Amino acid sequence: MSDLFSKFDPIIDIRANLLATGVTDPFSLVMEKVLSPTEAICNGRETILLGTYNYMGMTFDADVIAAGKQALDDFGSGTTGSRVLNGTYAGHRAVEDALRQFYDCQHAMVFSTGYQANLGIISTIAGKGDYIILDIDSHASIWDGCAMGKAETVPFKHNDIEAMDKRLGRLPADAGKLVVLEGVYSMLGDIAPLKEMVAVAKKHGAMVLVDEAHSMGFIGEHGRGVAEAAGVIDDVDFIIGTFSKSVGTVGGFCVSNHPKFEVLRLVCRPYVFTASLPPSVVATAATSIRKLMHGSNKRAHLWENSKRLHAGLRELGFQLGTETPQSAIIAVIMPDLEPGAMMWEALLQEGLYVNLARPPATPAGMTLLRCSLCAEHSSEQVEEILRRFERAGKKVGII
Amino acid sequence: MSDRAQISAAILGHIADFNKKDIALSDATSFVADLEWDSLTVMDFVAAVEDEFDIVISMNMQAEIENIGQLVDAVTTLVAAK
Repeated sequence: MSDLFSKFDPIIDIRANLLATGVTDPFSLVMEKVLSPTEAICNGRETILLGTYNYMGMTFDADVIAAGKQALDDFGSGTTGSRVLNGTYAGHRAVEDALRQFYDCQHAMVFSTGYQANLGIISTIAGKGDYIILDIDSHASIWDGCAMGKAETVPFKHNDIEAMDKRLGRLPADAGKLVVLEGVYSMLGDIAPLKEMVAVAKKHGAMVLVDEAHSMGFIGEHGRGVAEAAGVIDDVDFIIGTFSKSVGTVGGFCVSNHPKFEVLRLVCRPYVFTASLPPSVVATAATSIRKLMHGSNKRAHLWENSKRLHAGLRELGFQLGTETPQSAIIAVIMPDLEPGAMMWEALLQEGLYVNLARPPATPAGMTLLRCSLCAEHSSEQVEEILRRFERAGKKVGII
Repeated sequence: MSDRAQISAAILGHIADFNKKDIALSDATSFVADLEWDSLTVMDFVAAVEDEFDIVISMNMQAEIENIGQLVDAVTTLVAAK
């Protein structure tokens, strides 16, 4: 009898070999207490958080928390039902209204997670005989949406406008085509050339979906993302987003001006066949989204933090994922998994948490220490972060 | 030369660019098991073949292709259908 788990042996071995070097397991950290959007207690030590997606620091906002508590009191702890049956409460409608206002668009559909939003929208709108043209570095939820649907999937080299153009040009002229792009690619923190790419997609008669998970709230004049900053948001057919980053809770969504968009509530299985978000979650999300509409000061400070950290790490001699700071993510490239894990642990001992990212999540087999900044990081905290990077980098011998 | 033979010769030329271990090639040579290509190498190679023949080999088609012979057959079909 063959063990179904033997296929995982290579991964079990990599993990065992890594832990045998004596490093702390980077994938089982516990936050014992969370003090603020930027600080927590890990292993009994006060730790600066530089590896969360809490870009706008909304998780401890007083109005957001008050809205969640009120919803718990008024509507209970959960809906115990699908959105299309007993799971649509006033709060679910209210958060969709907030999204429509935030994006200034006709339709908004909220899913229980961001993963489900990509999975559901992509697998439903691109069916048998249609084509999905996507960047090879797309997020797992996009790939899984492609795999779940029946469309032909055609990837192109990361951010390569010409490769995308050529592939679109080779597809049957009358076939349905969906181009899937991301505003910010979350591993290296680089942005897509959306102005050019959206124009190319439209030239070939394709619909365009852009995942703006890592840009909401601070890129673009109204925080609508890279498509807004690039001036092409009106040519984007679907924007996918999440509540688990700048919004500061959990959930996913799609916004669109497509006249038939609402039919998706009936045909999109990851929307229908799961319980809706708890009332407290949609209440915190709606409050947070409305506050993000007026967050320009916080936005400016987040950009200052990103620029300072990028310049500071570069001065210290670290190799970074982008030439210039393009988002709130700064990726520090490690030589390999083992030194990466050692550096990660040295930083944790210094009281600094970053994300250790490795294949298959990362492009080109890279090991990365991913730093994501928060608008609530003070300028002094950013300087302290740089000092801790310097000490850890010298201890491990990376700089 | 038949269309298939011409296509096979062109594909073997592209494989040579990525055949770092100088594995002997035949129709039965597997991309993953014999050539030991990772997903990035596969992507670069597929892009080169697509550009050579001005075709698209979707991920769905790639999932059905394990060895060189199957790739030559698939490309021959795609070129004939143009």
